Amino acid sequence: MTNPTTTLGNGAAAEAGDVPANAMADGVETSATPRHHLLDLDDLSSAEITELLDSAEGMLEITGRDVRKTPALRGKTIITMFFENSTRTRVSFEQAGKIMGADVINVTASASSVSKGESLLNTVKTLQAMQIDALVVRHPHSGAPYFISNHTDAAVVNAGDGTHAHPTQSLLDLFTVRNHVGDMSGKKIAIVGDVLYSRVARSNIIAFQKMGAEVTVSCPNTLIPDEWQLGSTLGDETGFGGLRLANNVDEAVDSADVVMALRIQQERQDAGHLPSLREYSDRWGINSARMALANDDALLMHPGPMNEGVEIASDVAHGAQSVVEEQVRNGVAVRMAVLYALCAPGKSTRIANSDSNAGDEA
Amino acid sequence: MAARKLAITGGRVIDPAQGIDRVADVLISNGVVEAITDSSSGSAPDGYEQIDASGKIVAPGFVDLHTHLRDPGQEWKETIVTGTRAAAHGGFTTISAMPNTDPVQDSAAVVDDVMRRAAADGVVRVLPIGAISVGQKGKQLAPMGELADSGVIGFSDDGNPVADANLMRQALSYAVELGLPIINHAEDKKIGAGGVMSAGTVATRLGLAGVPAEAETAMVARDLHLADLTKARLHIPHISTMGSLVALRSAKECGVDVTAEVTPHHLTLNDEWVFGLHGEIPAVVGSEAYDTNTKVNPPLRSRADVEAVIEALSDGLIDIIATDHAPHAATDKVCTYNEAAHGINVLETAFSSVFQLVDAGKLSVVRLIESLTAGPAAILKKDLGSLKKGFSADVAIIDPGSKWVVDPTKFESKSVNSPLTGVELAGRVVQTIYQGETVFELSAVAGAKQ
Repeated sequence: MTNPTTTLGNGAAAEAGDVPANAMADGVETSATPRHHLLDLDDLSSAEITELLDSAEGMLEITGRDVRKTPALRGKTIITMFFENSTRTRVSFEQAGKIMGADVINVTASASSVSKGESLLNTVKTLQAMQIDALVVRHPHSGAPYFISNHTDAAVVNAGDGTHAHPTQSLLDLFTVRNHVGDMSGKKIAIVGDVLYSRVARSNIIAFQKMGAEVTVSCPNTLIPDEWQLGSTLGDETGFGGLRLANNVDEAVDSADVVMALRIQQERQDAGHLPSLREYSDRWGINSARMALANDDALLMHPGPMNEGVEIASDVAHGAQSVVEEQVRNGVAVRMAVLYALCAPGKSTRIANSDSNAGDEA
Repeated sequence: MAARKLAITGGRVIDPAQGIDRVADVLISNGVVEAITDSSSGSAPDGYEQIDASGKIVAPGFVDLHTHLRDPGQEWKETIVTGTRAAAHGGFTTISAMPNTDPVQDSAAVVDDVMRRAAADGVVRVLPIGAISVGQKGKQLAPMGELADSGVIGFSDDGNPVADANLMRQALSYAVELGLPIINHAEDKKIGAGGVMSAGTVATRLGLAGVPAEAETAMVARDLHLADLTKARLHIPHISTMGSLVALRSAKECGVDVTAEVTPHHLTLNDEWVFGLHGEIPAVVGSEAYDTNTKVNPPLRSRADVEAVIEALSDGLIDIIATDHAPHAATDKVCTYNEAAHGINVLETAFSSVFQLVDAGKLSVVRLIESLTAGPAAILKKDLGSLKKGFSADVAIIDPGSKWVVDPTKFESKSVNSPLTGVELAGRVVQTIYQGETVFELSAVAGAKQ
């Protein structure tokens, strides 16, 4: 493990209780500007990403303790608002908040006033009126967290918006890879799956490229944007400059350091993107033969939930190269780091504007 | 109509229907145009009230073939009163009421109601458009003969493309006898299923589902072939893709009886506006992105498409400009991009926004005015859109130098859904005259009228 010494923004260790120093160093000046929201990774520099990952190292240590509790976010209220079904991401955020002592309230669309037709705007305004510190949002519409961030003072964390972004998934993927390979520059990352509809793919392309890795994707031509061409490398005007679009999956995984399979949905077959899941599995599924093309110590990743036997064969999914469970475990630590960076005393602009104890963040 | 006489003096009179572009006086009497005379001493003849238009452009009142008035049925978005006032504000003296009201304008009863209330409450002329199919459902033809008898100027299921090719064929064929155009929103909904903006780099970056240009092009091509088959009149609304223009040019060369319109927004805005920075491409997507006021159907297209429609309007391939004025309430726009309603509030910015192309040297001011006056009047086959002697005295007076910043809260329209908020435009309509009466006059403008 690395032993980092910096965090996002100014630390407030006096309030932070027994959180280890490497999770939140006291008073360290950093290049990062205190930020209010985490909407995507495109506006974070590699240095800021590194700071978050460093902070997550300390958080991971806490999650491994016998008594998993710190008072770092005691008195803070975090609402998770999930307009799509989710187990791992919602529970991961909830656990992250609770370990740090925050009060975490879970709102789901089906059990909320949304099902009575209340608009997203009014739902947000209602929650805002209850003095919350952070809103963790999963929404089926791309851009929903951006919209929400315009209508609340709370820190907004994007927990997945439509087909756009899933920044905490990418942070946990970076964290997982970093723990195995260290410096990611020059590493070859192969992402195999539904790029057109995958927010994980988009955020991970941006994230790994920011850290200096070379990213290649492979998927059926029906599952990339029309303006992308298989066998090409994207230019900067696309927003994904340098991304390699492999002609086939073997080309993508060849000599890869990381192979990431993405979930393929039954809906893609139903909508005509695929002849069948069987054919997808045959041509794009990650199995032992394809893993053999990658580097010997290549990592196999999957953001979950997995369709074993479709995009990933069961033997490799649970094999020695798989880090799938590690990804889930790291997710809690990474989300602790994110919530701490946004909500800890002296961290958010909301607190800076309303709390005289907010320190020097005028 | 008022018996008084008006003289609009000293302006640059541009009346493309008569080939006029010179400094002249326009004399109005009893609500109709009396004469265009050489500009005299700058004063009005005896007995005439003077409007000093020196330094201004004097044009026929604009004619819009594509307006959504939302009345009846969605009066919280717009009404006949507010919609016609917005029209007057934008220099329009004739607008066309699209039939996607509630109830739909698919019977004489509804059309008669709209026309009666427009005559009573509207400040400009309203011409109704009838539905192609009952309830705009695309299943059964609406009573097109009955609608024609009640005065509709064409048929459209706007917003709902006629997906059934045979129904479209029959509608075109049936309309031949009526002499009226079929106006079909051309979009194959299957091709871009679920799309909320134009497909391309911007959609991909924002993670928004994209509609390819081909969704429009494919149906435009189908409709052109069906118009050729039936020898009917086809009017293509809000044409927006390069592919559609290729098909249109080919059809016109083959003698198909087709006309086409383009909107001010498809002439001036591209899909990069969805980033929310007035067309600037950001390095990082910010919270201003997903600007729902840019959501419109057809979607804002690529830069190349925009350049192509400008050129096609300029060279006459595209016949006219129509607004597709589509007011929506805040609840339809203060939401996620997916949830937002399609449509832009256009009437009050239409002329000024396209005038940017004049300033940029891409379009002549005469062609711009022609596409808002003589062009649509020719499609209507009505005595409108010109300052010919005896025509209704409908006039738009424009100050080409007057700059203004778009502030939708000051719109006459009931809604504020404009992506141009905060944009500075020039070429402002400063006065609108309908049947000899001033229905809009901008106050407190430098060099203002008497």
